[in-house]
Amino acid sequence: MIENIQKIRAAFPNAVLNETFFRDEYSLTISLSSLRDICLHARDVLGFNYLIDVSSVDHFGEEPRFEMVYELYSIRDRIHLRLKAAVSEDDCEVPTVSDIWPAADWHEREVYDMMGIRFVNHPDLRRILMWEGFPYHPLRKDFPLEGKNSDTPGVAFSHPAPLAGGPFVTVPTDGTTQVREPRARHAEDLTTPEKIIAQP
Amino acid sequence: MSNTLSPVAYDAKIEGNVIFTQVDAAINWMRSNSLWPMPMGLACCAIELMAASSSRFDISRFGAEVMRFSPRQADVMIVAGTVTYKMALAVKRIWDQMPEPKWCIAMGACASSGGMYRSYAVLQGIDHLIPVDVYISGCPPRPEALLDGLMRLQKKIMGEHAVQEQKRELLESI
Repeated sequence: MIENIQKIRAAFPNAVLNETFFRDEYSLTISLSSLRDICLHARDVLGFNYLIDVSSVDHFGEEPRFEMVYELYSIRDRIHLRLKAAVSEDDCEVPTVSDIWPAADWHEREVYDMMGIRFVNHPDLRRILMWEGFPYHPLRKDFPLEGKNSDTPGVAFSHPAPLAGGPFVTVPTDGTTQVREPRARHAEDLTTPEKIIAQP
Repeated sequence: MSNTLSPVAYDAKIEGNVIFTQVDAAINWMRSNSLWPMPMGLACCAIELMAASSSRFDISRFGAEVMRFSPRQADVMIVAGTVTYKMALAVKRIWDQMPEPKWCIAMGACASSGGMYRSYAVLQGIDHLIPVDVYISGCPPRPEALLDGLMRLQKKIMGEHAVQEQKRELLESI
């Protein structure tokens, strides 16, 4: 495994920004511009023939805001590799890897649907979970859990859900269900134990 | 000639087979005992709905075993499961295709109120879109609860003005 990481570092000396090793899993932080080159290298030279997952992270309030995460696996060598690349909010565009691993097609559609990151040269970049015409990207941190109003006539509509002061948080305690699961609990309430063990 | 026979204007054999009733009561009796469900199975409640129609619980004891997957042949829509916004207008459209008289059972917490899904993606109760006659609590409800809801719907139908409400929704919309 170490050799593979060294091979990537040797092949792309300027692209690998950081590497971490934790519980037998390597994570490489790479620059977005060399994402496709490193992916091709990983598949063709190092044998990472299985793309487990493509996901994205919203570091709201930081710059760059988004981060793409690619989970690779080599079925032959039974090793795992994680690639991370930062994406700024301004361009919000990532080159597709769906031609390298066809499995990326729907994963990238999900990332586009939920996070609003567009994939350049993707063959079919449509929403996959929400309906066509939904104006938001609901997994962004600035999108409220209860949702927003939207209306696509004849297709779907949405209204904010009543959270009644929620979201509802369960706390570990020996109390009854009423104590454990109050109707609503705010994050600041969780700091004082008297409020955690609230009397029903 | 026996004196046990009395001269009557009709064949005495059918005398015991004639009952006097009201049109409403007769029609309601027929309707409530052959409710053909439209199984709108959307989530895990649909599994309990299937269990209710299989042999252990046997929904056919109450005349509702004829699951119709065509809305045009159905009397009661059983909304069993989470109604997402993406699915909501499709459910509404199927409801609109059902001929009157028609009824709706909201089966389970999700169909009744959104349930545990206080979320941007889930309609907070199917009664936002279509009129619901019976709500069944539970997550998911046991088949017995569905049968209880069905019996409550039958009781409700027995109290309706059958002819008067035949085309109520249609008339209201005009």
